[in-house]
Amino acid sequence: MSVVLETIGLARQFGALRVAQDICFRLEAGARHALIGPNGAGKTTFVNLLSGRLAPSAGRILLNGADVTGLPQAERVKRGLGRTFQINALFKGLSVLENVSLATAEHAGLGGKMFRRIGGRRDTIDQAFGLLERLGIADVAMRRVKELPYGQQRLVEIAIALALQPSVLLLDEPAAGVPSAESRLILDVIAQLPSAVAVLIIEHDMELVFRFAERITVLVQGAVLVEGTPAEITADARVREVYLGERHA
Amino acid sequence: MAVDSPVAQLIRAHRLRPIELLPWVVAAAAYFLASGYLPLGSQIMIMILFALSLDLVLGYAGIVTLGQAAFFGVGAYAAGIYSVHVSGEPLSGLIVGAAAAAIVGVVSGAIILRTSGLTLLMLTLAITSLLEAAANDATAITGGNDGLQGVAINPVLGLFDFDLYGRTAYLYCLAVLFIAWLFVRRLVHSPFGQSLVGIRENAVRMHAIGTPVRHRLLTAYTISAALAGVAGALLTQTTQFVGLTVLSFERSGEIVIMLVLGGTGRIYGAFLGAAIYMIAQDQLAEADPVFWDFWIGLLLVLIVLFARGGILGLMDRLLSMVPRRR
Repeated sequence: MSVVLETIGLARQFGALRVAQDICFRLEAGARHALIGPNGAGKTTFVNLLSGRLAPSAGRILLNGADVTGLPQAERVKRGLGRTFQINALFKGLSVLENVSLATAEHAGLGGKMFRRIGGRRDTIDQAFGLLERLGIADVAMRRVKELPYGQQRLVEIAIALALQPSVLLLDEPAAGVPSAESRLILDVIAQLPSAVAVLIIEHDMELVFRFAERITVLVQGAVLVEGTPAEITADARVREVYLGERHA
Repeated sequence: MAVDSPVAQLIRAHRLRPIELLPWVVAAAAYFLASGYLPLGSQIMIMILFALSLDLVLGYAGIVTLGQAAFFGVGAYAAGIYSVHVSGEPLSGLIVGAAAAAIVGVVSGAIILRTSGLTLLMLTLAITSLLEAAANDATAITGGNDGLQGVAINPVLGLFDFDLYGRTAYLYCLAVLFIAWLFVRRLVHSPFGQSLVGIRENAVRMHAIGTPVRHRLLTAYTISAALAGVAGALLTQTTQFVGLTVLSFERSGEIVIMLVLGGTGRIYGAFLGAAIYMIAQDQLAEADPVFWDFWIGLLLVLIVLFARGGILGLMDRLLSMVPRRR
């Protein structure tokens, strides 16, 4: 299988604090890959490095074979990298449909057009609405995001990322903070993500991780501890010690 | 009754509504019914245009600035200097005012839009102060503290002379404001305008959906500067004078007050806020020449405390309650 996202010796320091150390990571096309690790392991930092929100201190990032290390976030998005945020990053004062339409318009290259009407490219709005239907939130399309329950807001997070039609999708704790009654909706959406999209999910919920992931990377103190199949990770003594052991002690 | 699909509702929300023509009906009626107040009317329209320029950056893009007078002043001086040294032709004077302000906007924006929050606010203030000090110092060009003398404006289109009653000035300001309104309205209801709203709501997410955020803010800032420049140029042309006050902090603050009073991020807040402020100032200053700004201040306090979103925001909330009662 071809590799769609790769990091080579990726590192980031904040002063003396090394939050990412020599991370070598590969994500294959259509992969279902999970990144786990205890709190403070550097998982979100890794996502921020991949998406371009943070610049690395050393190392390289290859997206679909091209070096994107020095590229700004916007350029990486254009090349197929989409992400969601651990803490909702939504346009809270706008409607759900407007939230997703912003992304579809930007993806269609319309975002900078000054003299085009909003309805001039109806297909981008139809496409946004189609996504809401797919994710089961079309009935709240005209509601302001800030009025929605948290679980539905998490779905809007995913809808915005999917609107960019990414080839690589980074899901940063998609079910974080969602009451268990609503988390099933999110699990279902994740299970139904298009198979062509390579997904890297950062998650604390082990049930979700083992249900979803075909491969798992364990990050500890900013460095990769081990990578393998769910069975290999479960059987790994080091993982049990630093992560699962802590949780199930 | 058939209910519009959300997609149709979203598209319809950006279409022109009949109520949006109200300001023009009022402006046309005022020309005939309040002919004694035409000079005040011109001043109001100039301030509406200035507030409109501010709404684009403050209301739509969320750039908090106290330096909009920089562009107003540059436009005013550029149009004045152009009329003194090059030509008194008014339309080209407007273009000169807009271009000069846009240049200051793009250069200063490229520097200050790298920052945000309080730093950005302070930098906008600092740039205006720098320009005011420069205008004060460059007496040979600007007239310094005495103001720019000798501004003379030719008839508009070679036909309409600026008259003592302010009729030509009024119609000239009205025409310029109308064109600017068409332009701004088109802009804010375009994908570009929506992306500015997105940046205001959540710049982090806009980066993550592939928006070149800083570039887009700089574009909006430059357009806003050009519009403020046109407003400044109009003031010069209609009063045939430019003084240092066009670059003052008070002018920057005053326009923010007008916009907040009317309501930010909704175009017509600029219309309502500027009109109410200017009329209140005119009436209150007449009734109470010493203490009038106290009443303006009190009005602002009430608006900020009880009507976030300005007068238009308050009206929106009241109107939204009406159908439920029926």
